Amino acid sequence: MSEESGKDKPLEIDYTPPARSWMEPAVEFRKGTYCYPAAPKHEKYLDLPNPREWQPAEGDWKLPENWKETVLKGMKDRLKHYRSFQLFLDICVRCGACADKCHFFIGSGDPKNMPVLRSELLRSVYRKYFTLSGKILGKHAGARELTEKVLKEWFYYFFQCTECRRCSVFCPYGIDTCEITMMARELLNLLGCNINWVLEPASNCYRTGNHLGIPPNAFKSTVDFAVEEVKDITGVQVEVPINRKGAEILFVSPSADYFGSPHWYTFLGYLLLFHEIGLDYTWSSYASEGGNFGFFHSAELAKRLNAKIYSEANRLGVKWILGGECGHMWRVIHQYMDTFNGPADFLETPVSPVTKTIFDHAKSTKMVHICEFTADLIKNNRLKFDPGRNAKWKVSYHDSCNISRGMGLLEEPRFILRNVVPEFYEMPENTIRERTFCCGSGSGLGSDENMEMRLRGGFPRANAVKYVQEEYGVNLLACICAIDKATLPPLLEYWVPGVEVGGVHELVGNALVVRGEKERTTNLRSEPLNSSVSPSLPETVS
Amino acid sequence: MGLWYSILGILVLLLLVIVGAEGMGLYALFTIFIPYAAVLLFVIGFIYRVLKWASAPVPFHIPTVSGQQKSLSWIKPDNINSPFTAGGVVKRLAVEILFFRSLLKNEKIELEAPHKLLFRTSTLLWLGAMAFHWSLLAIGVRHLRFFLEPLPDCIVVLIRVDSIFQGFFRLLPVPYITDFLIFFALAYLFFRRVVYPQVRYISIPSDYFVLLLLGGIAVSGILMRVLYKQDLVQVKEWVMAMLRFQPMLPKGVTLLFYIHLFFVSFLAAYFPFSKLMHMPGIFLSPTRNLMNTSRSERHVNPWDYPVKVHTYAEYEDHFRDAMKEVGLPVEKE
Repeated sequence: MSEESGKDKPLEIDYTPPARSWMEPAVEFRKGTYCYPAAPKHEKYLDLPNPREWQPAEGDWKLPENWKETVLKGMKDRLKHYRSFQLFLDICVRCGACADKCHFFIGSGDPKNMPVLRSELLRSVYRKYFTLSGKILGKHAGARELTEKVLKEWFYYFFQCTECRRCSVFCPYGIDTCEITMMARELLNLLGCNINWVLEPASNCYRTGNHLGIPPNAFKSTVDFAVEEVKDITGVQVEVPINRKGAEILFVSPSADYFGSPHWYTFLGYLLLFHEIGLDYTWSSYASEGGNFGFFHSAELAKRLNAKIYSEANRLGVKWILGGECGHMWRVIHQYMDTFNGPADFLETPVSPVTKTIFDHAKSTKMVHICEFTADLIKNNRLKFDPGRNAKWKVSYHDSCNISRGMGLLEEPRFILRNVVPEFYEMPENTIRERTFCCGSGSGLGSDENMEMRLRGGFPRANAVKYVQEEYGVNLLACICAIDKATLPPLLEYWVPGVEVGGVHELVGNALVVRGEKERTTNLRSEPLNSSVSPSLPETVS
Repeated sequence: MGLWYSILGILVLLLLVIVGAEGMGLYALFTIFIPYAAVLLFVIGFIYRVLKWASAPVPFHIPTVSGQQKSLSWIKPDNINSPFTAGGVVKRLAVEILFFRSLLKNEKIELEAPHKLLFRTSTLLWLGAMAFHWSLLAIGVRHLRFFLEPLPDCIVVLIRVDSIFQGFFRLLPVPYITDFLIFFALAYLFFRRVVYPQVRYISIPSDYFVLLLLGGIAVSGILMRVLYKQDLVQVKEWVMAMLRFQPMLPKGVTLLFYIHLFFVSFLAAYFPFSKLMHMPGIFLSPTRNLMNTSRSERHVNPWDYPVKVHTYAEYEDHFRDAMKEVGLPVEKE
């Protein structure tokens, strides 16, 4: 709907600030710029407060009677529990270095999307109720009363932040707007003001083990379907164990991998890779989700959803855990999981069964990223590739926010790509690695109803893709994030038609020479290989 | 709006000291009581605020990683931007605190065409911030000459270097290098808030106010050096007496001295209640002072509590038939 209207009329971007001061709360819930509220059934299922039918654009939000005390008390609690929250509210000097680092500001021009002002929306309330100067001087000290209007502004702008942390790279004090957004969302949750695109996947995940709500029998049939497809494409019969006790490794990936497109081809890539190295592993239908939409709600819900990974690893008696391609999943696993649900002392320090490499850097969490795992295989010459099978692609690589700024996994995927594709080009330095731009749809904002905002937020990323398209003819953007794979395609279709999106392990699967495979005529997308470029290889390469 | 309020604020302070010291002769108030009270407020407030931050836990391990992690042995890790040793964290904080490294990364975006972004390096803010903070430090150290007897050599050297221009002008007193630097840096930092519409939009009264206050201190200080000389020997005697807690009134000083001293006192008292606390704050910033080792060392959340989860048993109870139907193993038949 909004997507179409966006296409008819190019999105306008104007950086001139309005005459009206930001201190006067003002927010317009225009279609295409905000997400629908959570359906009460999902909130009920997760025992969350104030489940009800309501609409942001309507005047009455059906807030509980004592909503103001609830929010202020929640704020006080969180100030006590999070040094980051206290510190980041106190020390900002409003230098403005963060302003044009936010993709939503760059794409919308709305000054309240500057990280500094986004935080100030909450900081001003903090001043009013928690600081001496704010209590005495009021608005002259930048303090604001907490009113319903302010609350509505919070809902609008804190669900217009993808928690990508780009601003915190540029902030001289490391102020991380993601922390502020997380706290603001937690405060909104106390009143039952969250969005459906966060809570439906979260409640699905709680019930079925994955965001998409796929029950175990459907999970099994989708896996069977993939096995068939791998056989059709490569002639190889792969085994895909599910809930197998005693396997060495538990593999956990985002559920979109086995249900979404273009994620599916990455899924096929995993299966081929695991078959080729004879990995002793298992999938789990209970821990059938690596992603964690609870993380976009609250630390508590994140912990509740995350718990099943360790618990399932324990039940199945595996030695360690391998994780698939996903962004925020890895922020949670890398920076939170061990704290949430560790120590995982029933597991062992991960060791690659093929190369015997000890993954010492994961010795406490006991979970390894698939790109670390594959890069190690390649470095030790355990895989044979025919990069020619990826010759139709000129590839660039999009660092997902959480993988780069939450983890620092920068070189592993690049190393893999250079081995499996003939042509790889980087986007400009200001837009990759720790400075990477968000897809504009992270942190639960990848919904259809806010498409205009997604297109705006994704503009800086798309702009860099456009650069490599024009410069080098790039036609595939590789990434290792399930949200990216779902949301970059419409983004690129709007801003950079002609560039497709794929996973790193899709490209691995394409290029991987598998023992006993037939001569491949198509890639994992079942698109014909360019025969002039792809040399045919002997069928048995050992 | 905010701008005018802060100018008004500075004028009120100025009026207070002129009327109080010059008009009513409340010298003891301005040179003994207020400075003592200000130092007290500064010390207590500063410590209180830092302890308050420090007493709040860091529940999760949230460094903003800005470089390659330490993972496989053959991939070169970045120990400054993704520190994995305590030394790496110290280096990361050091370059941040001494050279404002994150600010140096600053770039400006522009729309070259309606939908074409251009990134420009933008180092002016960094230059202004560096010039201001480093000259402030040098000026602070220079002022130690009023507090120390005998004067350590390093301060003597600093003063000599800082007043190198004096060598060219034998008779006229010339401002220190750092005087020029701090004046122009403050002027830049102030005018960017007034001139750039976006920076103006985000500024609140206190943002202008501290710059004006610091500007007042700098200008009164420079004027005392070049035009309205005070008797510095007498000033030092007053400082030493204050330090011995045998306060006395300074002799041989004029109104400019009272203004300078009152503004400094006000700044000190105001410091702990303001954004100026970014100075100690940066040391405690969890996105900058943690190692990126959360997968090799477990980070403990001191207020962690058990949460309600959907256990495997509950899951299997719910889906047992569906699982058996497709041959997935179950715990209970």
